[in-house]
Formats: sequence, structure tokens, C-alpha cells
Amino acid sequence: MTEITSLSLFELIKNIKEKKISSNEIAKSFVDRSEKSKKLNAYVTENFENCLKLSKEFDNKPNFDLKLPGIPIAVKDLFCTNEVRTTAGSNILNNFVPSYESTVTQNIWNEGGILLGKLNCDEFAMGSSNETSFFGNVQNPIAKDLVPGGSSGGSSSALAANLTPVTIGTDTGGSIRQPASFTGTVGLKPTYGSCSRYGIVAFASSLDQAGPMSKDVKDSSILLEVISSFDKKDSTSIDFKRNNYSSELTRNIKGIKIGIPKEYRVDGMPEEIENLWKKGIEYAKDCGAEIIDISLPHTSYALPTYYIVAPAEASSNLARYDGVKYGLRSSGESLIDMYEKTRSEGFGEEVKRRIMIGTYVLSSGYYDAYYLKAQKVRQLIKQDFDQAYNKVDAILTPSTPSSAFKIGEKSNDPVSMYLNDIFTVPVNLAGLPGISIPAGTDKNNYPLGLQIIGKPFDEQTVLNIAYSMEEKINYKNNLTDWWMK
Amino acid sequence: MSKNNSEYLIERNDNIYEVIIGLEVHAQVTSNSKLFSSSSTKFGAEPNTQVSLVDAAFPGMLPVINEYCVKQAIKTGIGLKAKINNKSVFDRKNYFYADLPQGYQISQYKYPIVGEGNVILDMPEGQKQVGIERLHLEQDAGKSIHDVDPSNTLVDLNRSGVALMEIVSKPDLRSPDEVNAYIKKLRSIMRYLGTCDGNMQEGSLRADVNVSVRIKGSTDLGTRCEIKNVNSIKFMQMAIIYEANRQVDLIEEGVEIDQETRLFDTKKNETRSMRSKEDAHDYRYFPDPDLLPLEITNDFIDQLKSEIPELPDDKKKRFIDEFKISPYEATILVSDIDTAKYFEEVVAKMGKNRDMKLAVNWITGELFAVLNDKNIEIAQSPISAKNLAKLINLIKNGTISGKIAKTIFELMLDGDIDPQIIVEEKGLKQESDPKALEALIDKIINDNREKAIEYKQGKEKLFGFFVGQAMKASGGKANPQLINEILKKKL
Repeated sequence: MTEITSLSLFELIKNIKEKKISSNEIAKSFVDRSEKSKKLNAYVTENFENCLKLSKEFDNKPNFDLKLPGIPIAVKDLFCTNEVRTTAGSNILNNFVPSYESTVTQNIWNEGGILLGKLNCDEFAMGSSNETSFFGNVQNPIAKDLVPGGSSGGSSSALAANLTPVTIGTDTGGSIRQPASFTGTVGLKPTYGSCSRYGIVAFASSLDQAGPMSKDVKDSSILLEVISSFDKKDSTSIDFKRNNYSSELTRNIKGIKIGIPKEYRVDGMPEEIENLWKKGIEYAKDCGAEIIDISLPHTSYALPTYYIVAPAEASSNLARYDGVKYGLRSSGESLIDMYEKTRSEGFGEEVKRRIMIGTYVLSSGYYDAYYLKAQKVRQLIKQDFDQAYNKVDAILTPSTPSSAFKIGEKSNDPVSMYLNDIFTVPVNLAGLPGISIPAGTDKNNYPLGLQIIGKPFDEQTVLNIAYSMEEKINYKNNLTDWWMK
Repeated sequence: MSKNNSEYLIERNDNIYEVIIGLEVHAQVTSNSKLFSSSSTKFGAEPNTQVSLVDAAFPGMLPVINEYCVKQAIKTGIGLKAKINNKSVFDRKNYFYADLPQGYQISQYKYPIVGEGNVILDMPEGQKQVGIERLHLEQDAGKSIHDVDPSNTLVDLNRSGVALMEIVSKPDLRSPDEVNAYIKKLRSIMRYLGTCDGNMQEGSLRADVNVSVRIKGSTDLGTRCEIKNVNSIKFMQMAIIYEANRQVDLIEEGVEIDQETRLFDTKKNETRSMRSKEDAHDYRYFPDPDLLPLEITNDFIDQLKSEIPELPDDKKKRFIDEFKISPYEATILVSDIDTAKYFEEVVAKMGKNRDMKLAVNWITGELFAVLNDKNIEIAQSPISAKNLAKLINLIKNGTISGKIAKTIFELMLDGDIDPQIIVEEKGLKQESDPKALEALIDKIINDNREKAIEYKQGKEKLFGFFVGQAMKASGGKANPQLINEILKKKL
């Protein structure tokens, strides 16, 4: 039998239901491998002992009707977990232990999932390489000193290294899809309003969305089914009829129309990305899809728009970390002094940069020129997609403009770092579902991903196209387990 | 130097100034739970016992609008004869303070739930209409307590997130008296609607007061100063008088007035600069992305309209038409919903042979005096409307005299006793038997022959003497009208 940790979620569930493996055996395998993988720095907080205990409890009283029966799962450290430290990758929440559970993680535990640990991420999910985390860089299991992407970098690393069978991340501008692309894994950002934001440390409220990350498309469909739910505790949660994504998953996409947006052919895009995209188009055709050229004319404005809207919301969302109620408090001479010291010591450079950008664009005299204009452009970007969807069912693009880069390579150049999000950001601005699937490698053998963008609430079509193409692409990471040596 | 009772003008060096006042009233919405959380809003609880994770702004916590508070705001809007907006937006007002856990207050900035309306004031010189600019919903902040611990500020978040309605008037008010009438009228309307209890001691009603002055007759507005967070009508009036005079003095000295925010020091009776326009906060308002725009259908508004009770202006009109009382009397009776209720109950219990004049006089006279004396509200009146109606009927049907009624009224205070029982037990029934009274009067005339002769010779003042003797002889129970008639006949 293959090693337990390299099995897919689907296979694990099957084995557990057929009583071929126990929950405790699975938990032990992932805990053991995680223990041996500390070099990756994927975990911020381990929950190993508790996970082993709970897996035994599951085995003593199993319930195989659950969707994730006794499956250990590590999650991004942006989800608040009851009585388990939640840091959001920040010093300011270094000591924060919530007394409540996020809806998304609660949904997972309700279906039999067991918390394995909290995974590293960029501070407050602000970053594309996991280098802004207070808890240090995360290694990409693909190669030494390679970033795992971000902000869900601990998630992508742990997943690709088989430290967790599946995981969940959050995606504000590409934070699930880009790390998935960098690690040869699958990452899905659902439609805005699909997964509750309750209990997720907020970055940019109008863009944040939780989603599954997995080794294959089927696993993402299983996990999406669990985490997607209407939640009255989140006013932006949407009450729509959710599919049984995993049982309705099909590779039959004959006649589906897939759009290719010409504006995504950006200047300076490496040839290997261009080639990957071309190959992707051929795969889609092979799957029976009809390829249609489309235009999304406002694409070039997406990145600047995003870097106004997201910091604006963040500057306000992060105001609550003031040292008064919880988290880090530095001592000060006065209230203002305490604020300044707490926030200076508590936040890292990138977070401070975005708070300042956000504060600036909302300031009186600049609001109309930046924030208001950005909101208008955001509407235009949405309209681009609306119009495109009159002609096509989904859109195919590269996930990122490059493969994973070296740790430190871009950390002093924020703008070049921001360019990482160029293909993923429009999807968040328009609130659409998007998935990244591994589709090939670059000259260094680093994985590259393709993105499939769908209509609002049409995760099923996105998953079906991905599922179908995945079979044709037949990509597999070639892990050397270098970090264990 | 006022021409009319409520006019307020300031004279300096032959210049006559008028005062322009606009109010931003913060009225706490009557609701069991907060605007965006289910925490209790009960006043007077131990500090930090009514605080949810949302109120304390824990990471990942999200606001969810309390529909009841929205209904209350709409009802208030209807009471102010205002436009209810089908779409309104919640914004974040960003600033740092220890008792503001989110680092922003959720308020409504560009698109409030209620638009323009108006309020009618009953002033001695007639009615005055005051325009309402808008009404919006917002969260209250917590409370910083600086005087408990010598080296620390303590924060109580019980109030954090409580729903407030900010009601902004147009700059239509011209005097401290009008401000008094305006606040009382607003309070009255909201108490009729049950949307704000108007309790100023508990902070349910506070106001920011905008004051400017100009030469009377001018149509330009002067530079205004905003006096923050004044929590009683008396202080508002004192602050306005101080501030208006301060501004007039500056103008007369040729000094320009700075647009600034000021505080009213109640101990020193003066306003003090808090911050100038240059130091004004940049609140960086933007729509709260955690909340969708509030969309209200006309059906929803119509439903609420149908639930609106009769409001003071309509009630006053009806009292005048139906009960034939004076506008002045009606104004007094409708100003407080509980007084109006009491009055209507008295009227109902009086039955067919009701006497409005007596009812009004007894309520606004004797009863009000007792309430004032005991410092209680009419809802806690020691005499029920039912028993007051009985007392009035006893006067009306001649069973007792008005004078005896006052004695009975005093006795009723001790446990809301039925006046009928008092009359019977104490034998206070009025003597209205003409034969008995004639005999009594015959005896008095007989005993005072000389005075009777003097009266007949023209000393008419002596009539009162005979009435007094007759009343005395009857132990105060003689029907005064009959006494008069019989005396006139016999003398």
C-alpha cells in the first residue's frame, strides 16, 4: 500500500469507511511526517497531541456518515480556532487564543475533521511569498529556498509536502491560487459569499474568501461541499442553492465554452507561461470544450484598483489591534504612546505599508481620486466579466506570471511582488470563483498553474473543467523530501 | 429685551444680533439588544457584563444588523414626517480611542435611512416649524472612566454598540426657549412611538449644539461653533447663551470667529475650545464592507406606518375638536404620552355627563402639583384615572362641593382610595335638601337680625358673611349654590 500521507483525501475517506485504516493511523502518519518536516516551517501552532487523542476518540465511536470521517486537517492560521492560538502570522496576535470557532472550520469539525495544526501565512494574509510572516519564511517542498507562494504559504507547503491531506486557505487577491500554482497543488477560491467570513481574521472584507486547497480536483470538491454554507453571522454570506460538488463532479465538459481573454497576454510575460497557456487551450479542446476569444478590456486596471481597495479596507480592519483589549500591548506614557508602540512593535513592514496606503487613499481630499475611483473601476471590471459570460461558460488563464521564486528575491521590491497577483486579482474584484490547477513546469522543473474562472455561484462548472483537464494534463509533483535529509 | 416671549436677541453698541441654532440629537433606540449584536442594552448593569465578541471587536467578528432597530428608526422618521430612504448605507467612521473597540464607529454618512422632515413647536406666540435635515443610525461607543483608578483609565463596553439615532435639525432654532420646546417635542414624539425613552439622566438623549450669530435681518450664516455632547436641556440653554454672547463679543471686537468644536463646562458655565477646524479629525468615512446596503421596500414602510399610534399634533387637534378644550390646555395634555393617556382614561371613566373643564383643571392643577411635589411621573400617579374621574363626577352631580373635593383628594392620595367610600365613611355628602337649608338659614338670619337689616339697607358685602355662616353651620357640606339662592330670597 502507498504511504498513507500521499493518499488523496478521497482515498483516505474510502479507506477509513472500508475500515482499512483507522483515523488514529492516519493522524499518526501525518503527525510523524509533520514532526520530521520542521525545516519547512509550515506550522505556527501544532495541535498534534490533541489530534491524536481526538482520532482515537473517533475510532472508538466512528461515524462513517460524515463527509470527513476522522480526517486530520491543518488549516491556515487566519481561521480562529476555539482554544487554539490564532496569530494571523502577526506578532500583534502572538498570544491570542480565541474563545470561538470560525464557521468554516466549525463546518469541517462538524463533518468529522480533526485539527492537526495552524499553518503559517503572510502577516494578516498580506503577501505573496509567506515572507511577511512574523513566524518566519516557509520553504516550498519543491526545492530548497524557494517560496511556497502566499499568503497561504504554510498551507501550500504543508499540502505539497504531504503534511496534511487537504487544507483551507483564504484568498483576497490570489492567496489560495498563487501558492497552489507555486507548489503543484490545486486551490479554489469560491464565489464571494459562498464561505462564511465569520471568525476569519479580516484583511479586506469585500475580497476575502476562504477556499479548499488539495492535491487534486476531486478533493477540492469534497472540501468545498463541507465549507460552503450560508451563515447568518456574516451579512455578506449568500443564501443560494449549493451543489453536492463531489457527487456532481464530472469530466464530461463537451460543448462547454471557454473564453481566452487577450488582455491576459501581458508585457514581459515569460515565454514558458505563454506556452503553458497554449498547452492549456489544447487540453481544454481535447476535453471537448469550445474555445472562444474574449476581451476583458479593464484588466490592466485591476492591480492598481486592488491595491487601493484592499489596503483601504485593511487600514480600517486592523484598527482594532490597538493593545487595549487583547493581543500584544507595549507599555506607553499615554494612550497615544501605547497605541504607537504597540502597533510599531506588533505589525511588520508590509502590514504597516498597506495600513499607510489605505489610510492615505481614504483621507479627505484623496478619497474621490483613489478610493471612489477604484470602486468605479471595480464595477467596470465586474461588467467585463458579465459581458464575457454572455458568450462563454468559463475563462482560462495562467494562474501566475511566473513560477515560484527564491526566498529574498523580491522581498525588497514590493511592486514586483504585487505583480504576482496580476491574473488572480480581477477574480476577487469581481467576486467570481476561480481555481488553479497544476499544468506543467518551467525550465527549472518548478510547477506552473492554470486558472479557470467561472460564473458567480458556478463552482461546479469550474470544478468539472478542472477535473477534466487534470486527467489530460496528468501532472504529478516529484517530491525528493529534501527537507528531511 | 424680547419682543415676544421666546425671542432671544443680543444687543451690543446699537447692533442687534440673533442666534442661529442647529441641533444634532443623539437618541438611544429603545431596543433590548444592540445595533449589530445580541447583547443586552439594559441600563445600570455591572461594567463589561453586556459585551459580546462583536461589541469588543474580536478578530473575525462581524456585525449583523438588528432589524428591530431599523424599524424603530423608520418609525421615528415617520413621526418626524420625514422621507424614508429605500436605500441607505452603513459607513465606517475611523478614529482611535480606548472605548472604541473596532477603531471605527459604524454610522451612516452619505446615505442615511431617513431624509428631510419637520417638527412643529407650540410657542407662546404661535406655532413654529423646525426642519429636520436627516436621521441616521449609528453605534454608541463604550465609556472611558478616568476617576476610579489613579494611574489607569478603565473602559466599560456595556454601551459599546448600542443603537443611536442621530437626528440633525436644520439651523432653524433662534432661542434657548425654542431649543427647549424642540427637545421636548422630539422627546414627546419618540415616547409616543416607543422608539426612545428620552431619559436624559441615563444618557438616552444628548445633543451637539451648533451655534452662530448674525445681525438680525441678515440672511448670511455666521461661522458656527459646535458644542459637543450636552446632556440636559438646561445645560443646552446655558451653553447657547454663553456661546452666543461670546461670539457677539468677538464680532464687536472685530475678531473673527474660528469654526471649532467646544465643550460646555457645567461647573463654570462656559464653553471651552476642544479642537479647531484645522485639528478636526479626518474620519476617513467609507462604506462598511461587512454590511450590505440597507434596502427597505415601500411595503415594509407602509406596514410600519400602519403601526404608528396617534402622535401629539394629531392628538392635540382631536382633543380640541372632540373635547372642546383650549389649544393651550390640549398642548399641555398631549405633551407627554402618559399624561394624554391619563386624561383620556379620566374622560372615558367620567361617562356621559362628563365635565371637560373640571377634568382638565383637576389634572393640570391638583394632580400635577402632587406629582411635582413628589417628583414622580404621571405613570406612577398615586391616584388612578378611574378614581379621579369618580371624584370629578361627585362634584359634577352635586354630591360634594369643590371645596370638600379638595379634602377628599388629599385623603385619596393614601392608597388610591375610592372617593365614594371616603364621602360615605366621613359623611361628607353635600346638603342639598332645600327645606333643611331653609331652616338652617332662617335660624342664622334670626340670630343676626342687625346684620340682616344692614344688608337690606345696602351693605351688600354682608352677603358673604351669611354664606360663610351657613357653610359653617352645615360643616362645609351645604350646597353653595342653594345657599346663595335661599339667602337671596330670604334676605
